[in-house]
Amino acid sequence: MRPQVKWALALIIAVAAIVGFYSLRRHAPVSGTTGARAKAVAPDFTLPKLDGTQLSLSSYRGKVVLLDFWATWCVPCREEIPRFVEMQQKYGDRGLQIIGVSMDDSPDPVRPFYQQFRMNYPVVMGTAATGEAYGGVLGLPIAFLIDRDGRIVTRHMGATDPAVFETDVQKVLGTP
Amino acid sequence: MLRGFGNWLDETFTTEDTELHRGHMRTSLLLLSLFAFAVIFAGAQATSIPTSSQITPEDLVKHLKSGTSDPPLLFQVGSHVLYAQAHIPRSEYLGAASTPAGLDQLRKRVASVSKKQFIVLYCGCCPWTRCPNEKPALDALQSLGFTNVKVLYIADNFGTDWVQKGYPTEKGE
Repeated sequence: MRPQVKWALALIIAVAAIVGFYSLRRHAPVSGTTGARAKAVAPDFTLPKLDGTQLSLSSYRGKVVLLDFWATWCVPCREEIPRFVEMQQKYGDRGLQIIGVSMDDSPDPVRPFYQQFRMNYPVVMGTAATGEAYGGVLGLPIAFLIDRDGRIVTRHMGATDPAVFETDVQKVLGTP
Repeated sequence: MLRGFGNWLDETFTTEDTELHRGHMRTSLLLLSLFAFAVIFAGAQATSIPTSSQITPEDLVKHLKSGTSDPPLLFQVGSHVLYAQAHIPRSEYLGAASTPAGLDQLRKRVASVSKKQFIVLYCGCCPWTRCPNEKPALDALQSLGFTNVKVLYIADNFGTDWVQKGYPTEKGE
């Protein structure tokens, strides 16, 4: 092999390695379990769905709830939606209920988004009071996993590795 | 280490270094280069606000506390629900600048503002590299001729990088 080709290959592999490391780091999950709030009872709320009817969190007691605070224009939020749709499809029969809490200013952009992404779980319009009740939703996305007794098990802040969500959901759902 | 790497390449590729393999190598090199450029370009897009147009939370706090006679206009260009929970005192909510409605609101707000006015934009909805609102807001103001616009550098989100650091915060509409 010619030395020029050898050096070019070495350079490209080095650049790809650096770029790959940077990219993975950028997308690394910024997630974790809250200390004080873990196992706290999830604050109840009653909020309007996209069709105008009301949804109460407490009506889902007995199910494992994944509560996702998101917005249509939030890039990491958008990336998570297809995965949530898959999870709802896969684990719905075992008792998983995903609920989206949109932090958009109005339901107008949320309705077409809901159709476009073929969302298969309810979405409600969030309020500042709801955000504050959950410790302050001052960054998106934030997802809370709530067990069948209505207690917060984990809180994931920022873009989270889908595998982490799935592992947590499987754990909380228990043995099929 | 490079010599070892070179030997490994030789062992891997010299035995059958035919014209066909060289052709494959060239194609692979081209594809690898294109991939590397694509990833670098995508990263640059997300972080394309120059540092000269950024202001850190520490510097903004210092500036606000300095009692300057010419305080900046502060515009939150993200989410109203986030704004209502916590925002920088005196800042105004103008809508998500990644949406046409948000940009319209921003343009209307500055219609009668001096082009030399110091303006600070902030969002904090998402990590800096993923925020969709700050760059469009900055571009809109610069294209209107504003010359003294800074974007607040929020590494992760407004909660972590402003509220939890104890910087001045207000609640409400």
